[in-house]
Amino acid sequence: MIASRTSQRSLLTLLLWVPALVFLGLFFLYPLSSILKVSLERAQGNFLAPFIEVIQSPSTRQVIGFTFYQALISTVLTLLLGLPVAYLMAHYAFRGKALIQALSGVPFVMPTLVVAAAFNALLGPRGWVNLGLMSVFDLAAPPIHFSNTLGAILLAHVFYNTTIVLRSVGDFWSHLDPRLVQSAQVLGANRWQAIRQVSLPLLMPVIASSALLVFLFDFTSFAVVLILGGPRFATMEVEIYNQTVSMFNLPLAAALAILQLFFTLIMTTGYSRLANRSSRPLSLRSHTVTQRPLASWRSRLWAGLLIAVLLLLMTAPLLALAARSITQFETVRGQAGSIFQGLTLDYYRELNHNPRQSLFYATPLTSIAISLGYASLTIVLALAIGLPAAWALASDSSSRLNRLLDPLLMLPLGASAVTLGLGFIIALDEPPLDLRTSVLLVPLAHTLVAFPFVVRSLVPAIRSIRPRLRQAASVLGASPLQVFRLVDLPLVGRALLVAGTFAFAISLGEFGATALIARPEYPTIPVAIYRLIGQPGAVFYGQAMALSTILMVVTAAGMLAIEHFRLPGMGDF
Amino acid sequence: MKKFVVLVFVLVLLVSCQAKTPGAPQELKVMVHDSFAISEDVIADFEQENNAKVSFLASGDAGTALNKAILAKDNPLADVFYGVDNTFLSRALQEGIFEAYQSPLLEKIPDEFQLDPDNRALPVDYGDVCLNYDIAYFTDKGIMPPQTLEDLLKPEYKGLVVVQNPATSSPGLAFLLATIAHFGEDGYLDYWESLVANDLLVVNDWNTAYYTEFTRSGGTRPLVLSYASSPVAEVLFASEPVSEPPTGAVTGPGSCFRQVEYAGILKGTKQHDLAEKWIDFMLSPTFQEDVPLQMFVLPVNDEAKLDPTFSQFTAQPQEPAFLDPETISANREKWISAWTEAVIR
Repeated sequence: MIASRTSQRSLLTLLLWVPALVFLGLFFLYPLSSILKVSLERAQGNFLAPFIEVIQSPSTRQVIGFTFYQALISTVLTLLLGLPVAYLMAHYAFRGKALIQALSGVPFVMPTLVVAAAFNALLGPRGWVNLGLMSVFDLAAPPIHFSNTLGAILLAHVFYNTTIVLRSVGDFWSHLDPRLVQSAQVLGANRWQAIRQVSLPLLMPVIASSALLVFLFDFTSFAVVLILGGPRFATMEVEIYNQTVSMFNLPLAAALAILQLFFTLIMTTGYSRLANRSSRPLSLRSHTVTQRPLASWRSRLWAGLLIAVLLLLMTAPLLALAARSITQFETVRGQAGSIFQGLTLDYYRELNHNPRQSLFYATPLTSIAISLGYASLTIVLALAIGLPAAWALASDSSSRLNRLLDPLLMLPLGASAVTLGLGFIIALDEPPLDLRTSVLLVPLAHTLVAFPFVVRSLVPAIRSIRPRLRQAASVLGASPLQVFRLVDLPLVGRALLVAGTFAFAISLGEFGATALIARPEYPTIPVAIYRLIGQPGAVFYGQAMALSTILMVVTAAGMLAIEHFRLPGMGDF
Repeated sequence: MKKFVVLVFVLVLLVSCQAKTPGAPQELKVMVHDSFAISEDVIADFEQENNAKVSFLASGDAGTALNKAILAKDNPLADVFYGVDNTFLSRALQEGIFEAYQSPLLEKIPDEFQLDPDNRALPVDYGDVCLNYDIAYFTDKGIMPPQTLEDLLKPEYKGLVVVQNPATSSPGLAFLLATIAHFGEDGYLDYWESLVANDLLVVNDWNTAYYTEFTRSGGTRPLVLSYASSPVAEVLFASEPVSEPPTGAVTGPGSCFRQVEYAGILKGTKQHDLAEKWIDFMLSPTFQEDVPLQMFVLPVNDEAKLDPTFSQFTAQPQEPAFLDPETISANREKWISAWTEAVIR
């Protein structure tokens, strides 16, 4: 009897996994293995040769070393900023917290192209900081050199990923039973000792899992390294791109891609183990018990300082960009160095204007509509596939199937966009799956990226449903479907909204994969920005800034919505 | 006998298919890189004349698009591919993705552009990669802008130049090839080392060079690697109307590299006739005259008339550098690695 119930349950788990497995199989594993196979076959029969080349060549060894090195420093820096702010957010109740949380999430989904332009607007040669310093100290040349430095890479990584630490560690910390720390203090520990010996050990799994996730994002960094880091730096992802596109050395690119996937798999496996451990509740308490107001002037000062640093990093570049989009800069002839400055809305006005009557110069305004269309499809797809998988993960965390499949969910984060893009071309080329030229490819690719985030934000909500509620409903005569409709759905509804908004924001900001597969007549916002920024002419650059600002505002609205609807419970992100 | 029956059957089927739908437009798919652009009325001309519907597939940058075409050659994505340039031409030809087509319009195109003797890849347009300079900067400082590659080594141009990485950028590669053509395989690395000694700045992409480092966009470098046609765009798309371009191009002998772009019919197309018509159309004056203001490159057809603004402001390089595609293909990896060793590390 017991045995059959267990097997029934694992059958259900398996069934719930089916949509996700079919999706990942068709649109990730199959194209990826096809391109890797074709690439390695070009190594003239010797499959091992490219791997040996990777290991033996000093330059690829250096690339691999640098990939780990920059990811490690970036992760440490992200934790150094994220953990104190997480502590603050967890322990104190103050106004504007949701806004801060939302703002810190905006960078996470912005396309790198926009982020690079934003940092340039702030710290570039004619960025606001350099302009300010030049005018205050009467300097002839900009004192800060930002682009093409390791510092630029690190700063951008911290900018992107701090929100992960805030969300996962901050949430968990805010639910830790304060009585544990209080007892330690009663027993004579000072506050620091209590944190170190009581809170930290309990927090370790969640800190480690979020650090691992941050590390994974830094590890697979592409455009940040390419655009902001410049030619002296290359990660494995950059090298895969170079070997594929510039050198057409597909075997070497494949060997590197496999290596990167292997490292990714190790990280996602570790992540899913740790995330499982940390999301099994100890004895978690609600916000109202754990948080207090900022009472003393010292705590206010510290809080103010920390939040100022965070907001400066998170919003200054984006605000600089927004300011750039309404400012006119033009070197006036005959007066180099001095620049005419004026405020203008011209770049926004120009947005609806096709200056060359080009076919598929979809006006930037059209691109907003197109982006919204793709994003809606992505929401539907990602939820349809993510909800069952999240249900499977949540209902039975000890199942062997779950432990095996969970790390697979995040594997797409470790695949290079160019490899996967070429994989689509050779794998999905036969009817009924000849999707190579289909407009559906864009939402499919976006779903692939958004999917792990959707699952991660749904699992905790589903876990929070008490089995007793379901049992009570069943006892009172509700059918399983009615139980789902009347008990589960209302409770998960908010989480669905949050997950859907995540999918929406990710779809709006995705660029790497979209650039490879978008039909020219249907450009998304980031693709339109890329086109504008890719040609000479001051008008185009101004328009690119204006469109980036619009993207930023829409994303920020989405993030605020997430904060508004988020369960007061915990999320992995 | 059986084979014959099948053949007849297939032929009848084919003929009846074509006869059956005289009214419905035939679809032609054209694969392009993401800088491709065309005017709405020009494409409408072609579609009306040939009762066709042309759909374009943008497939990433020029290198990525070509890789896609190569990987899909057994089951082609499109009927025509446009956008392989002379630096990638050998790769395309070696992989055999194109069918030969002797277009009658090739007569109108100078021989110097026809690099494939078998006419699998047909020239469509060309453009020159040249250093651009910020006129206001040089006027103010009272120095002449440089004219040749050698000039760039002079002390007065120290710290003024920004170029792109040949490993990641197509103009970057073009400029490297210009220096190889000019100084030879034995001399180009010495030249680059001297450039580095004269405080050269290298960035990965055109955007960063042009919109961050170039003095006109607020950077510190008044000499940036771009195209001979970039000054035209600066006039046409200035935020305040200007009568003259604010930038010029360094056009001395051998200082620019000529990129020629090709189109070809993809092997395995089922729209052979229409594909040929499309190629003819791309080489005809209608399309050729549209090219400059859409893509800022020049037509190869002698009969195409240039837009007056374009011809007035585009720079005319003297003796642009040239290397044949096979040499480029054979040495690309070696040259880029050697350059990286000498300049970046």
